[in-house]
Amino acid sequence: MAAKTVLNYLPRKSVIHELTGTTKLAFFLLFTFASMITYNTWVLLGLMAVSFAAFKMSHIQFREVRFMMVFMLVFLLLNNLFIFLFDPNQGTALYGTRHVLCHLFWRYDVTAEQLFYMLNISLKYFVALPVAIFFISATNPSEFAASLNSIGISYKVGYSVAIALRYIPDIQRDYHNISQAQQARGVELGKSEPFFARLKNSVSILLPLILTSLNRIDTISNAMELRGFGKNKKRTWYTRRPFARNDWVAIGLGMVLLLISLTVTIRFGRFYNPFV
Amino acid sequence: MADVKTPIISFRNFSFQYRAQKQPTLHDINLDIYPGERVLIAGPSGSGKSTLAGCVNGLNPFANAGECTGTLTVDGVDAPDSSIFELSRHVGTVLQDPDGQFIGLTVGEDIAFALENDCVPQKEMHQTTRRAAELVGVETHLDYAPHELSGGQKQRVSLAGVMVDQVNILLFDEPLANLDPATGKQAIELIDEIQQKTDTTVLIIEHRLEDVLWRNVDRIVLMNDGRILADLRPDELLSGSLLAENGIREPLYLTAMRYAGIAITPEKHPAHVDTVVLDEADTRRLRTWFRASKPCRHDPATAPLLEVRGLNFGYTKGQNTLRDISFSIGRGEMVSIVGRNGAGKSTLSKLICGFETPDSGRILLEGKDLSGENIRRRAQHIGYVMQNPNQMISKTMIFDEVALGLRGSGLSEAEIRARVEDTLKICGLHPFRNWPISALSFGQKKRVTIASVLVQGPELILLDEPTAGQDFKHYTEIMEFLRGLNAEGVTVVMITHDMHLMLEYTPRALVFCDGQLIADRSAAAVLCDPALIERAALKETSLYTLANRCGIAPAEDFVQRFIDEDREVRTHGC
Amino acid sequence: MKSNNNIKTVVAVGIGAALFFVLGRFVAIPSPVPNTNISLQYAVLALLAGMYGPVAGGLIGFIGHTLIDLSWGGSPWWSWVIASAFVGVVMGLFAKKLNIAEGDFGKGKFITFTIGNVVAHAVAWIVIAPVLDILIYAEPANKVFAQGAFAAVSNIITGVVVGGLLVLAYTKTIAKKGSLDKE
Repeated sequence: MAAKTVLNYLPRKSVIHELTGTTKLAFFLLFTFASMITYNTWVLLGLMAVSFAAFKMSHIQFREVRFMMVFMLVFLLLNNLFIFLFDPNQGTALYGTRHVLCHLFWRYDVTAEQLFYMLNISLKYFVALPVAIFFISATNPSEFAASLNSIGISYKVGYSVAIALRYIPDIQRDYHNISQAQQARGVELGKSEPFFARLKNSVSILLPLILTSLNRIDTISNAMELRGFGKNKKRTWYTRRPFARNDWVAIGLGMVLLLISLTVTIRFGRFYNPFV
Repeated sequence: MADVKTPIISFRNFSFQYRAQKQPTLHDINLDIYPGERVLIAGPSGSGKSTLAGCVNGLNPFANAGECTGTLTVDGVDAPDSSIFELSRHVGTVLQDPDGQFIGLTVGEDIAFALENDCVPQKEMHQTTRRAAELVGVETHLDYAPHELSGGQKQRVSLAGVMVDQVNILLFDEPLANLDPATGKQAIELIDEIQQKTDTTVLIIEHRLEDVLWRNVDRIVLMNDGRILADLRPDELLSGSLLAENGIREPLYLTAMRYAGIAITPEKHPAHVDTVVLDEADTRRLRTWFRASKPCRHDPATAPLLEVRGLNFGYTKGQNTLRDISFSIGRGEMVSIVGRNGAGKSTLSKLICGFETPDSGRILLEGKDLSGENIRRRAQHIGYVMQNPNQMISKTMIFDEVALGLRGSGLSEAEIRARVEDTLKICGLHPFRNWPISALSFGQKKRVTIASVLVQGPELILLDEPTAGQDFKHYTEIMEFLRGLNAEGVTVVMITHDMHLMLEYTPRALVFCDGQLIADRSAAAVLCDPALIERAALKETSLYTLANRCGIAPAEDFVQRFIDEDREVRTHGC
Repeated sequence: MKSNNNIKTVVAVGIGAALFFVLGRFVAIPSPVPNTNISLQYAVLALLAGMYGPVAGGLIGFIGHTLIDLSWGGSPWWSWVIASAFVGVVMGLFAKKLNIAEGDFGKGKFITFTIGNVVAHAVAWIVIAPVLDILIYAEPANKVFAQGAFAAVSNIITGVVVGGLLVLAYTKTIAKKGSLDKE
């Protein structure tokens, strides 16, 4: 229920854990952009190697994040299915050739181009997955706000994120309690009710939740103001840690990867085309 | 102290009016508080005591718009012309809500919050944080998240969070409101200890007089209707009748002494039960009064309505939130469930209402197993009232709110209307039936939530902290209403931290500790058993101490005698 | 005075994002289309954006949606995150017109509110999200537009019906207290 489990933080000793939150956030963003820009299979494979190596260094066991992995696999599978159903010729359109491997029915041919395209799109997602996982599992949520502030985002926005992480468990508990008490009075959100009744019923839960939350906003902002929040243009952070050599190395690596991805895209185009 | 003549806080002809209100909330306040003093500001809800506190820390008029007239100087600062930031260097405020003011993700971050905002360099920040944490005794918990702490620990963290600023004034807004009795006692001890260590000036806003007086205060300022009615030493104020006239409950041992015909005078030093002067004659009077009691009436045992047998439950595998709980509640009983936070009381109510499913054991209603009944069906027999009415109210009009539980139950509109109107009459809400709920007071809202479960016709209602945060007047209103319902035949079970409630309204108490039921006895007996009190984080009643001091035994009969007489006096007027 | 409003907005963004997260992550209300759920978070977003303005609205959508994606364990699906932020901004822009804090939500305002919802969700899910999907992820056009159209319709219904009822109920709770008589 805690903020720790909301984002599944797994504390331990590892090179990755020792990096500052700022580094991990910066690396995560640089890496995400690098993988977003390119569709080049070789670049993606290279990124994937880095990403899995970093994941290994974080000492996070695969089984600890199995639930995330499974969720992502299901998501990928469904996404691929939809892509194929909606447009079996996207691959052909992108790569400009058409090698039919077999015909299924109606307009659905399995083409090498389509399979390659879908492989790439899956790859693209898989590349980012380990980095995303170690970013959230190896970063102490307490460092989030300070990290956002370090990469140039206003500390007020950073603090909004901290407040969200702090109060998610409380609001979740509120929701749970409110919905149980409403169920006792026959307010159901399940399939037993017609659709519009479900929508109407949801208001019976949302209204008390909102009103309680608005009260909470008042109390929290009073408490924060009484302790001087927003007094200065800057603020220092209890949890911020100093940069070590590895931090510079990691950020440098992230920049190099982004640069490679950019250069390859600009010089050779976004897609690697094995068909011509 | 003697040479200090300049007050640290000084109100001169001070009035305050919120922008949203037609009338001033504070009228013509004149009050001086001197450095190092400990002052209790008491008064019923709406007396203006919180507004007064808000003027000292700057929430009024800077966060809640309003107009000040007259002058208010706080530690040399002209408060109405200052700012919250400026005042926060002088006044440290600990608010009521332990979760709302715990802003950091961990203890350390929360204590350091003010330092972060002041751009204090990190090394110094860590040192100051540690020092403040040591002062309140949470230095071993710096990495803990708020949900891993008890209410009392959270309050300590909040105190540490304002102590980092080396403020001269500490302001506590209803520090006891969210704590179990034993923790409340510790909180008062902590405030006392911090005051002595740091020689700060302490202002405590509370209506629970007896609990605050567990440690010394120098003065009590009594407020009502936005004015200061008295500004006296505790011994003087307790001797008069001002407290009772203004809806503040005097300590129970004093009421008992008055019933016995003892005149309370300042010379008796009535502020503490351990040190109040009791001479030969007084002791004799109390003994005589005790012996004059009518023979104890025993309520005939009634047929069991709710039976719990061998209940076990854990939220996750291997966890034992409740262990082997068995008890039975008779039809028409009024029972309280007590114990520290986290003892399993709320979990028990969730199991009874069907919100959670037990791992093993059975819950029977009139001999019928409830395991097959869903939440909705159970609600027709067992009504559950949450602590915070704002979390239950989901409609904007009273009528709709009460009718909600009947919609979709197959009743015709006319039948629904008839039942709702009947319920509203029982609950004294009929005159308001077409009002928006937002126009009601907290106590009235509470009644609406009770009405909204009563309308389903339950045999038993289960209330979580029915009187939390209420002053004596509202407490009495709510409890008398529940007694009335009970007299009509509704069985009432309450989860509570309020020892007075338990003594005065529930003949029987179930005591929980660490997921087990450790006692099932009369409320008076529970509060006269020091070992049990210690284990379950309760607080012994001062009547027990008084009985011991006079050599009256058994003490629980003395307590019972008091409750009977008190009830008599209060129902037949004084 | 000003400063407190400022802090209040910071807190409202945090609590709003937490609400958005809890509703989007843990609350599943089945929609009539099999295996899809109604996104209640957009009703709450509409109300909060209406109360705290476009910047707060945008941030609530952005932070809330990012946290949901992160908690599922993946990299945030940025195109949709941006679309959520956009909804918050647009609903926030209607804030002045609606003036929810005044406590009156008549027919005229309801129509404005509905238009706001339709515009916000239509642009967000039929234009922004799919176009970004095509640009960032090179997904097939008809797939992303179909997904977008479905999301738009479903979120408009949630936004207008649930959001509308919610705003109405909320404005009633702050209705003026004068002229009430016991009967």
